[in-house]
Amino acid sequence: MRAVVTVVGKDKTGIIAKVSAFLAEKGVNILDISQTILQDYFAMIMLVDMSGAKDELSVLAQECSEMGKKIGMSIHLQHEEIFNAMHRV
Amino acid sequence: MFNKYDVLETINMVEKEHLDIRTITMGISLLPCVAGSADETAKKVYDRICSRAENLVKVAESLSMEYGIPIVNKRVSVTPASIICAPFAAQSAKIGKALDDAARTLGIDFLGGYSALVHKGMADYEKTFIETIPEVLATTEKLCSSINIGSSKSGINMDAVRLMGEIVKQTAELTKSRDGFGCAKLVVFCNAVEDNPFMAGAFHGVGESGTVVNVGVSGPGVVQHAIESIPEANLTELAEMIKRTAFKITRAGQLVAREAARRLGAEFGIVDLSLAPTPARGDSVAQILEEMGLERVGTHGTTACLAMLNDAVKKGGVMASSRVGGLSGAFIPVSEDIGMIEAAEKGGLCIDKLEAMTAVCSVGLDMIAIPGDTPASTISAIIADEAAIGMINNKTTAVRVIPAPGKGVGDCVNFGGLLGRAPIMPVHGESSAKFIARGGLIPAPIHSNKN
Repeated sequence: MRAVVTVVGKDKTGIIAKVSAFLAEKGVNILDISQTILQDYFAMIMLVDMSGAKDELSVLAQECSEMGKKIGMSIHLQHEEIFNAMHRV
Repeated sequence: MFNKYDVLETINMVEKEHLDIRTITMGISLLPCVAGSADETAKKVYDRICSRAENLVKVAESLSMEYGIPIVNKRVSVTPASIICAPFAAQSAKIGKALDDAARTLGIDFLGGYSALVHKGMADYEKTFIETIPEVLATTEKLCSSINIGSSKSGINMDAVRLMGEIVKQTAELTKSRDGFGCAKLVVFCNAVEDNPFMAGAFHGVGESGTVVNVGVSGPGVVQHAIESIPEANLTELAEMIKRTAFKITRAGQLVAREAARRLGAEFGIVDLSLAPTPARGDSVAQILEEMGLERVGTHGTTACLAMLNDAVKKGGVMASSRVGGLSGAFIPVSEDIGMIEAAEKGGLCIDKLEAMTAVCSVGLDMIAIPGDTPASTISAIIADEAAIGMINNKTTAVRVIPAPGKGVGDCVNFGGLLGRAPIMPVHGESSAKFIARGGLIPAPIHSNKN
């Protein structure tokens, strides 16, 4: 199963490092990364593979959100299907 | 890989624009529960609901986390209770209590279906059932009631309309310590639909299968934001933008509905995309209409804007899912919409304009507080007017008015939470009593005769 991780917030040093270290620790494999600066805000989108994940998606989503609060970013981890459903005809 | 703007758009819709799955509603047939006595039936009803919907709240919470979209309400709708209460109609309140108990046990938000379908005629047992509604709504918390008094195919049952005016008054009176709150849980329909996931009008039609999952999606804020993004657009372009937005929202709803149905071992019923406002700013249908270019909702042009909005929402929804059902369109409940509340407080929105608006939106006169001394016959006449609009235009219309006991124009009722607050709106003082006293059936319109 694949999921999408989005990280949005004020740009600062070490965001990618912290998020990817966290995901590695949870057994989540990063497949693709896209990063951009939108109106002074850092926005990173990762496509990740959950097959080796240590926790269920709903648990990891909660953990990501909490981890985001610690580093002052808004982090979401969502099932990729929501984006397929909404943005592909 | 996804387009990053698409991904961020979804995140923004949830975080800033109040996109949510308003409800996952599990429809449960209670026909297998009918037994020889009210007590025995009540027990079976309680057990069946508690077993079928046992995991509803858990599954909804898990889906909400996985897809990153809030699921605001978890609800159950059941077979119209008048049918299963028919053998012991005088004791229908026992079934009402069992339904409310089941809702509490499950931890769901509402349970709908203390209902009767009397659009062509009213049997003795149905009349007896309807007469229990005020007491039942006053003594239960989560139970909702709806009555269908007319349809395009059958006409309008004016005997039932007369009775419902009195029932609405009694319900208000029995809940007067809470400004007539019971009436917020009571809807009178014309052309009621069998798969509506929204309250207070949800019930599980007898044409439905055993257990289904219907999902209601909302997102007035998302539509408003989409319109804001193209301030110079003409109305054709606006309609296109609304349609696209409705498509995306409906798709999210369909995904959740399918997955919820699978996990709950139920059939996937329908997705109902209805722009359902909440009292929060930025989650308002009135503000969409104002964004289109009206200084305040209720002024000239409101009906045209609402017609376009409602139609564009339906078109986007139909493109997104072949299982669109329920009411699908725009809701205009006055007390639940900050823009409507403000317009009503300033006198810019009256019941007559709202009635015109209901001819082009998906429901009817909804959550409108009226003076407590409004005669039952006037409430019946309001119901008859709405039913006539629904009957002639082949659409669902509904009346959910609250005659707030002891209050008059200039006062306000406050129900709190999603139900919001409403200033008391004036109604016409001239009597409709003689018209209502006539009773009988208003025959179905000529265009219903299609066979």
